[in-house]
Formats: sequence, structure tokens, C-alpha cells
Amino acid sequence: MAHADNSYYIPHGSHWPLTGSIGLFGIMIGASIWLNGSGIGPLVLSIGFAVLLFMIFGWFRLVINESEGGQYNSEVDTSFRMGMGWFIFSEVMFFAAFFGALFYARGIAVPWLGGDSNNFFTNELLWNNFTATWPTNGPDDLGGKFETLGPWGIPALNTAILLTSGITLTIAHHALQKGSRGILSMFLAATFILGFIFMGFQAYEYIHAYQELNLTMESGIYGSTFFLLTGFHGLHVTIGATMLVVIWLRCLRGHFKPDHHFAFEAVAWYWHFVDVVWLFLFIFVYWL
Amino acid sequence: MSDSTHDDHDTKPTGLKRWLFTTNHKDIGTLYLVTSLIMFFVGGSMAMMIRLELFQPGLQFIDPQFFNSLVTVHALVMVFGAVMPAFVGLANWMIPMMIGAPDMALPRLNNWSFWLLPFAFTLLILTFFLPGGAPAGGWTLYPPLVLQTGDSFPFLVFAVHLLGASSIMGAINIIVTIMNMRAPGMTLMKMPMFVWTWLITAYLLIAVMPVLAGAVTMLLTDRFFGTSFFNAAGGGDPVLFQHVFWFFGHPEVYIMILPSFGVISQIVPAFSRKPLFGFSSMVYATASIAFLSFIVWAHHMFTTGMPIAGQLYFMLGTMLIAIPTGVKIFNWLATMWKGELTFETPMLFAIGFILMFAIGGFSGLMMAIVPVDYQYHDTYFIVAHFHYTLVPGSVFALMGAAYYWLPKWTGYYYNEKIGQWHFWTSAVFVNVLFFPQHFLGLAGMPRRIPDYPTQFADFNMVSSIGGFLFGASQLLFVWAVISSVKGKQKAPAKAWEGAEGLEWTLPSPAPYHSFNTPPKVD
Repeated sequence: MAHADNSYYIPHGSHWPLTGSIGLFGIMIGASIWLNGSGIGPLVLSIGFAVLLFMIFGWFRLVINESEGGQYNSEVDTSFRMGMGWFIFSEVMFFAAFFGALFYARGIAVPWLGGDSNNFFTNELLWNNFTATWPTNGPDDLGGKFETLGPWGIPALNTAILLTSGITLTIAHHALQKGSRGILSMFLAATFILGFIFMGFQAYEYIHAYQELNLTMESGIYGSTFFLLTGFHGLHVTIGATMLVVIWLRCLRGHFKPDHHFAFEAVAWYWHFVDVVWLFLFIFVYWL
Repeated sequence: MSDSTHDDHDTKPTGLKRWLFTTNHKDIGTLYLVTSLIMFFVGGSMAMMIRLELFQPGLQFIDPQFFNSLVTVHALVMVFGAVMPAFVGLANWMIPMMIGAPDMALPRLNNWSFWLLPFAFTLLILTFFLPGGAPAGGWTLYPPLVLQTGDSFPFLVFAVHLLGASSIMGAINIIVTIMNMRAPGMTLMKMPMFVWTWLITAYLLIAVMPVLAGAVTMLLTDRFFGTSFFNAAGGGDPVLFQHVFWFFGHPEVYIMILPSFGVISQIVPAFSRKPLFGFSSMVYATASIAFLSFIVWAHHMFTTGMPIAGQLYFMLGTMLIAIPTGVKIFNWLATMWKGELTFETPMLFAIGFILMFAIGGFSGLMMAIVPVDYQYHDTYFIVAHFHYTLVPGSVFALMGAAYYWLPKWTGYYYNEKIGQWHFWTSAVFVNVLFFPQHFLGLAGMPRRIPDYPTQFADFNMVSSIGGFLFGASQLLFVWAVISSVKGKQKAPAKAWEGAEGLEWTLPSPAPYHSFNTPPKVD
């Protein structure tokens, strides 16, 4: 039943949230006992992950069917938009924690270990002969000598790829608003293909770093910040590209209208967010 | 499409499914409130064990490692299990009614944010039964100490992740509800203070809970994956954790107090039969406190070492917070001035809050002074300080809120006599419990130890007696709640003579869906 715009819409109860909690609980128990050395950890983790995937499929299918059934009025649409915006803000703050760690290490921790500020004796007595430089794996040379990935090879190429994907996505969005479905699905496909190419390059770089440059997560503070920042970014690109595939499939099925396509815009915002994070990564992790 | 696709406006599902699958803000609010009360007693019983061990010098009942676990988990349970969910429960129950909405904006997300909590606390409480025991490094999780936790370490980290996810979802829902679901005519500056304070609190939550998630993630990778965020040998710094943690932790303390300010700003005008003295100054004061909370975090770290300019900045910044807080306190006092005051239980808790939160505020001001903080840091003085802000602060506000709105929730008044007893026993014993801890701290007794020199014996015994009696007094609250649920005296729509706001235009108990069509607000 379509709701008139002047009354409120309340969705019916659902078991999906609880299912999701059970899945997350399984993942966390599994990961915990695995980290503690239990052999059944991976199994429990996989079961939890399967339950979570089941939830994601089920909950989104429910919402998509309700949306396509015309149940969501403009007020629901606004709530979804605001919710997605604030969710992305929470993601920004998550990355801020890791960028904060990077800036603190480069601006404060490493110089202090090298005797800066009033830390002359720290350097003299505890970490003698350590000179503050960046990149560094610390005064104890943790993980051994390593080399870094320069910015102007694959990282610059990846920057171009992600920026291009932002453009193709915008072209797809304009096509959706004009009702040009062919252009829409073509440019949407181009977007996620660029996303997967980006991920392919990142995977290649990781292998290169581990096997030839001896740059690993154990390479002191440089390796720590490098792999956690690029790793969480890569995870977000993977999630974003997967979401792009989903809305592409929905486009092929004729979903979305020129004036009613919240899911498309939510994924587009997310993709642009991932893009902007990459620009910061490129500047502060690879380049400067 | 048939009606079965959404709840009909007057029917509600029955049995267990109603609570597991609910999308109703009142059901979810009730789940939050009941859970937080249970966790209040779980955390409270840990506090009782702590006070039992500290009753006399020497080790009598529990071993030091378990004592440290109790201190750590007591804090985590009270912060994340009792105070925060209780305020989210109040937000769920009251915000839709106060702004003229039928429900929260994202009801299924609302369900999920609650149903993460029982799993998170299962993970956390489970750690007591693991090899190495529950986390014992303090709720602030400082490395390198916390990295020595036994098998419970990953459980701790993931429990914090779940609690954070729950808080973020709850906060998103609250902001969206307030921004998108207000009745026509309910402009921002007409919103009740409780709604205003929650709007700002929710913003704080979304801004800082992800930072905590990042901090504990770095702990996890340092422990298991060889990273060196907090390891100086690799170029990292344990102090980095303290910065990241307190960037979360300082706004977090305002997350636990701003909604209390909102509650007090509802109760005081109602029982003074006067509008709030200065509404807009209260809004601006709340926003100022929230803003300042982001830029003062390192006052928790004066003794860890930082450049003198940093110490000065964080000292002066922290003292600035006294200004908007003073605006609030005087606002409440001016509201009461020449009002027609009556002293029902909610009002008693509100007045108790104003007096005793001020004590906590003043001791905070003392510790903002860097050279003085060197003396107080990690002593019982800080324990007394934050317990004054959290117990006769946040918890009294929560109790007052419960008494104030219980007639709206159940349709019946609670037993006023029990409420009065609950307040007076709580107010007396909370001071017997925490006031001597100021003296202990000033005399140099460190926090987080199970044993102490005999010079501290007298005040510790007084504090413990106060603690046991305060704990016992809280059973009166359960009695009062039951007296309202099984009530005798029916409450009218407007349960309190001086109460203002849309929630009092709805019948008591409030209907399952608050407003089916938007009310008109002038």
C-alpha cells in the first residue's frame, strides 16, 4: 500500500538485525579463538561470516522489494539520505584515527626518539645513534631494512584510475537522471571495472612490497601506518566496488527512476568518499 | 499490497518475537532501559566486591589480579552498559513523542543498535572465564600494560567494536529522527532541551566512537600482527594511544553528561512551574561544551609528559569549559528562583544533581591546573571526581528522568513514598561513599590497588559502608519501578501539573505509535 505523503511510514518488524548480530558474534568469537590459537577458530569465523552474508542479502532484498513496491515516501527517502551521510562521516572519523597516528608518528614520536624537543637524554641513553628520518622502522630496525613504494609508479596510475572512476560514475548518474539506460549501465560497469583494476594493482603492490622490498606490517611505524591505512582503504574500495556491482545489476533489471534512486546515490557518495581518502593517502603516505 | 507488510497502527505483535524483531521505538526504548538497569546492578555488584576488599587494609577476599579485573570491567560495564544505553533508551522513548513523530526515522536500524548490545556484553563478561582472566589493565586500555592481557584480549577489542557500532547506529538514528521527523512548526529553537542535548550528544558519538574503534584496532594489530604503533623500538609511541584514546575519551564523558543536562532542563521547569530561564543560552552552552570537548583531551595526560606550551594550552582550554557549565548551573537556579516549587522525587533528584554535579565540576577544575594535577593524578581524588560527575551526576539524572516519565510509560504513578526514600538514602550514602575519597586522594592513596597502608584505613571503611548502603538503596528504585508498572494510581495525560511538551498531550500510557499524523506546533 502506497502511503500518502502526509502520513508516516513505519516498517514492520524484522529478524534481519538479530541475524546480523548473531553473524557478527560468530565472526568475533571465531576470530578471537583463532588469534588465541584454537584450531576451530577459522570454522567458527566462516560460519559467522556466512550468517552475516545471509543477513546482508536478505535485509537488502527486503528493502529493495519494499522500495520497488513503492512503499517509501519522500520522508523515508530523506531519512535514508541523512543516515548515509552520517554513516560516511563516521567512516571519515575512523580513517582520521589512522591519519592521526601517521601525523603523530612523523611529527612527534619519531623526532622525539631522535632527541628533538626536550628529549636529548631519551636519545642519548635509550636510543643512542638513532637519527629521526622518514620512512623509518624505528631505532631497533624492526623487520629489517626495507624499501618503500614510490609515488610516481603504480600509485600515481591508481590515482588516475580512481579519479576517472569518479567521472564515469558521475556520467552514469546524469544518464540515470535523463533516463538514458544504455549509457547508465555502460558507465556504471566502467566504474566498477576501474575499481577492480585498482584493487588488482594494489594486490600486486602488496606482493611486491612483501616479496621484494621487505616492506611488511612488521617494518616498524612506517609499515604499520602504511599497511593499515592502505589496507583499510582497500577494504573500503572492495566494499564500494561490490556495491557498484549490485546497483549495476539492479539497473539491468530496470530498477531506479530518474527522480527516485537513493541506493544509487548512496553508493556514489560512498565511492567518492573512498576516492577522497585515496587522495589523502597518495599525498601523505606515498608522496610526502 | 496487503497490510501485513507493515504494522497496523494500533496492533502489536505478541510474545518473544515482539521484543526480538521489534521496530517500535517504545519497545526498543524499554529494552535499552531494562538492559541498562540490569547492567547497572552487574557493574554495581563488582563495585560492592571492590569496596568489600578495600573495607580494611590487607588482602582479605580476592586476589590482586581479580581485583584489577573488577576495576576494569566495572568501568566498562557502567560506561557502556549502564549509563550510555540508559540515555539511548530515554532518547528512544521520548524523542519521537517530544517532537511529534510516530517513531524513530530508521526503525530497523534502531532494533539492530539494541540487539548488538547483549552480544557485546556476552563477549565482555565471558572474559572472566578465560585463561588469564578478564582484562585488568584499566578501562582506558593503555598499552603496553593492556597488551599483556591473556586470552581475553581479542574478546575485549571486539566487544569494544560492537559497542561502538551500536552507539554509532543509535546516534545516526537519533540525528536523522530529530532533523527529519519533527512535526510541522517544531522549529529547532522550539525543541525541548532534552532533544537538543541529545542532538549534540549524537554528533559527538558519531565523531568519536570510530576513533575508539581505530585505537583498539591498532592495539589488536600491535599484539597479533607485529605492527609498532605503540612500540618505541619500531618508531611508535605508547603515548600515541593515550592521545587517540582521550580524543575519544573526553567527548565520551560529555556523551554521558549532556543528556543529563537535558533531563534536568525538563524537570526543573516542570516542578518550578516556570519556563526555563534562558532557553537559547542553554542551547549555546551545550554546543560550546561539545565543541570544547574535542580540543582539551590531553588534560588526562599531564603526567605522561608533554611540552610546556601543550600543558598550558590544555590547562586553559579545560578551564574554559567551566564557563558554559556555569551558564547551565545558574540557568537552573534562575529557573527555580521565585518559582512555585514542589519536591516530588524527580525534582529531588534534579536538585541533588545540580548540587553534587557541581562538586564534581569543581574538583575537575582543580585537576585542570597542571601543577596541582601532578599531585592528584591516579589517586583517589580523581576517582572521587569522576564518580561525583557520574553517580550523583549522570545516574541521578537518569533516576530523575525515570521517575519523571514513568507515569507516561506505564500509565500509573510510582509509589511516591518509596521514591522519596530512594532519593534521600541515595543522596546521603553517595556522599558517605565518595566524599572521603577526596581526602584519601589528597593524602596520596593511589587508585586501582587492592591494598593500602593503615593510614588510609578509616576513610576507606567509611567509604565502603557508604558504598554498601548506596548499593542497597538502589533496590528501592526497582521497587518504585514495579510500583509504577503494577500501579494503583492512574496518571492523566499531563502527569505533572507544571510539565510542558508534546509528550504530555498523549494519553498515559502513551499509545504504541506516538503520533500517527503530525501534530501542529505553534
